[in-house]
Amino acid sequence: MADIVLDDIYKRYPNGFEAVKGLSLEIADGELLVLVGPSGCGKTTALRMVAGLEDITSGDLFIGGHRVNDVLERDRDIAMVFQNYALYPHMTVAQNIAFSLKLAKAPKHEIRARVRETAELLGLENLLDRRPKQLSGGQRQRVAMGRAIIRKPRVFLMDEPLSNLDAQLRVQMRGEIEALQKRLGVTTVYVTHDQVEALTMGDRIAVLRDGVLQQVGTPADVYDNPANLFVAGFIGSPPMNLAHATVENGSVRLGETTLPAPPWLKAERVIVGVRPEDLHQARNGGPALQAQVDRVESVGASLLVHFPVDARDAKSRALAAATGGPVLEAVPLTGGEGTSAFTATFEPRSMIRAGERVSVGVDPERLHFFDPDTEQTLRP
Amino acid sequence: MSSLSQTPPIVAPVPRLRRRARSAPLARYALLLLFAVIVLIPVYVLVVTSFKGVLETDASHAWSLPHLWTTEAWSQAWTQLSPNLGNSFKLVIPATVISVVLGALNGFVLSKWKFPGADIVFTLFLFGMFIPYQAVMIPLTTLLEDVHFPAGIPRLAFAHIVYGIPITALIFRNYYATIPNDLMEAARMDRAGMLRTFWSVVLPISMPAFVVAAIWQFTSIWNDFLFAVFIITDPAKWPVTVALNNTTGSLVTPYNLQMSAALLASLPTLIVYVLLGRYFMRGLMAGALKG
Repeated sequence: MADIVLDDIYKRYPNGFEAVKGLSLEIADGELLVLVGPSGCGKTTALRMVAGLEDITSGDLFIGGHRVNDVLERDRDIAMVFQNYALYPHMTVAQNIAFSLKLAKAPKHEIRARVRETAELLGLENLLDRRPKQLSGGQRQRVAMGRAIIRKPRVFLMDEPLSNLDAQLRVQMRGEIEALQKRLGVTTVYVTHDQVEALTMGDRIAVLRDGVLQQVGTPADVYDNPANLFVAGFIGSPPMNLAHATVENGSVRLGETTLPAPPWLKAERVIVGVRPEDLHQARNGGPALQAQVDRVESVGASLLVHFPVDARDAKSRALAAATGGPVLEAVPLTGGEGTSAFTATFEPRSMIRAGERVSVGVDPERLHFFDPDTEQTLRP
Repeated sequence: MSSLSQTPPIVAPVPRLRRRARSAPLARYALLLLFAVIVLIPVYVLVVTSFKGVLETDASHAWSLPHLWTTEAWSQAWTQLSPNLGNSFKLVIPATVISVVLGALNGFVLSKWKFPGADIVFTLFLFGMFIPYQAVMIPLTTLLEDVHFPAGIPRLAFAHIVYGIPITALIFRNYYATIPNDLMEAARMDRAGMLRTFWSVVLPISMPAFVVAAIWQFTSIWNDFLFAVFIITDPAKWPVTVALNNTTGSLVTPYNLQMSAALLASLPTLIVYVLLGRYFMRGLMAGALKG
C-alpha cells in the first residue's frame, strides 16, 4: 500500500513537444484516482511515467514516500493493465496470470494457490487452460486484471482498460473494477477519455488538457463547480449549455431573456452555463426562456428537448477543445446564425413535440458564469 | 437553395457487367500447365538422364526415356559425393542454427529492446547485404588465415555466419516489428528483464521468423560454391557443391553421373522446403490483443 505524489512533473520529447506540463497530484493510499481528458491530453504519458515506462523530464515522483524517478519499473512494485490487454499469446490463462510470480521464483504451491485465488476472484476458474485467442473480450480483460492483482502490488495503473469492450460489458466491468479496487484497497490510477467512466468510478478525478491539469476533485465537485469553460464543456453528458451574455443593472441578458444576476457578478460580458438537468418545463412564474422546440430525444427516464437561444454560442469552443479538434458550429436547426443550441431535460410524459413553443424554467442558483477571455469560472 | 436544385443530379455510372466466360478457367489452367511444362522440361531431362547408362547419354537421345533403367549413375554419384555430403551437413547445420539464433537476438535488440543508435546500427547491417562475395573473397581468406582461425569446415561456417548476420537480422527485425510493444511493456511490468523477456515472451512466438530465416540460411549456405572453394583448401573437407563441380571429367563428361549427382546434391534443400514449409505458421499472435 502506498500513496503517490507527483510534484511539478514535465515530459518533454526530443522534438520539443511537451506532453505533460507541470503536473502536480497527490493520490492517497487506497484511493482510485481517474485521469480524464481528450485524446492527446497527456494522461497516458503521465501514467506511463508513474509506471516507469517513460522517463520523467523534470519534477519528482514519490511512491510510498520514496522518490522513484530513477527506480526501474520492475523495482517500483506496480502492476499495469493495458488498453489492449497485452496478454502473452502462447501462454494459457493460468500461465499468463502466474508469469510474474514465476519470475519472482515463488514456490510452486504458492503460485498454484494464488492463481486459484485470483481466478476465483475474477470468475476465471473454468478458463485457466485456455489461450487468449479462445477468450472473449471481457474474459481477456479479466485475465489482464488477474495478471495485475496476483502480485498484490502497491499500485495499480490502468490505461483505458475498458475502451475495447462493447457498451454493456463496459458498464458491467466498470462496476466490477471499482468493487475489486475497494476490496483490495490498492492505490489506483485509472486513465480514461470517457468522462462518464470518470464520474462513476473515481474517488477523485483529475481533468487534463494539453498536458496541463485543469481541476482535481470528487466527481460531484468537478461536475457542480467546474473550474473553467473546458471542464464545464467536457464533463457531463449531454454537455452543459453555454452561451455569451451581458450583465447590466443586476441582471443577465441572454439574448431576449433577462435573468437575475447574483449580486457578486461584476463582469460586463460573461459566458453563461447551465446544465440540461437544471432546465425544466416552467411551471409557475420564475425566470424562463421562451423557446421553439427544434427536436426531442427520448432517453427513457427523461426527454431531451433541444431548442435555439438567441445568444452567441460558446459551447462549440469548449467542445472543440474537449474533443481535441474543430467542431461544427452548434447552430440549432432553427434560429440560424448567432444563436446557440440548448438542451433541457423534461419529464418523459410532458408530450412535447418539435415545433411547439415552450417555456423553459431556469433556476438562477444553478447558473455558471465564465470569463469569456480567460475562460475561468467566475465565483463570488 | 434554388441554384442547388438546378444542378443536374449526379448519377453513379452503371457498372458494365461483363459476362464471365465459361471457358475462362480452362484457358487459365491450360496456360498454367504450359508454363509448368516449360519449367519442368530441364528437370525431366535431369531425371531421365540420371537413370541412363553412360552409353545412352548423348545429346541426340537427351529427350528419350532410358532403354535400360539403371541406378548405376546414382550409386556412383553416392560413392563419389557421400563424404562431401557429410561435410555439407557438418557445415550447414551448425552455421544455420548459430545464424538464426544471432538473427533473433539482433532483431530483438534492434526493434523491441532498442538501444540508442539502434537504427544506425541496423542501417550499417543492411550495407552488409549489398557487398558481393567476390569483393571480400581475398581479404576474407587472408584475414582468416592470418588470425589462424581453425581451418576447414569451422572457418567456412564462420564466414557464412558472419555473412548471414544482415539478412537474419532483417528477417527477425521485420517480424518483431509486427509484435505490439505493449507485450514487451507488459513483460517489463511483470518484472522481466531483457533476456527473460526475450526467452519467455518473444522466442515462443518467433517460430515463423525462425522458419523463414532457417530456410534462407540453409539453402544459401548449402548452395554456396565460391566461399567454399576459396576458404577450404583441403579437398577432403569440401562441401558437396565443390565436389559436384569436380564430377566434370577432363575429356568426357559423364552426363548420367552429373545429373544424378546434381539431384543428390539438391535433395537436402528440397527436403528442408517440404518439411519446414508446413510450419509457416499464421495467426500465432491471434488473441494477444483485441481484434
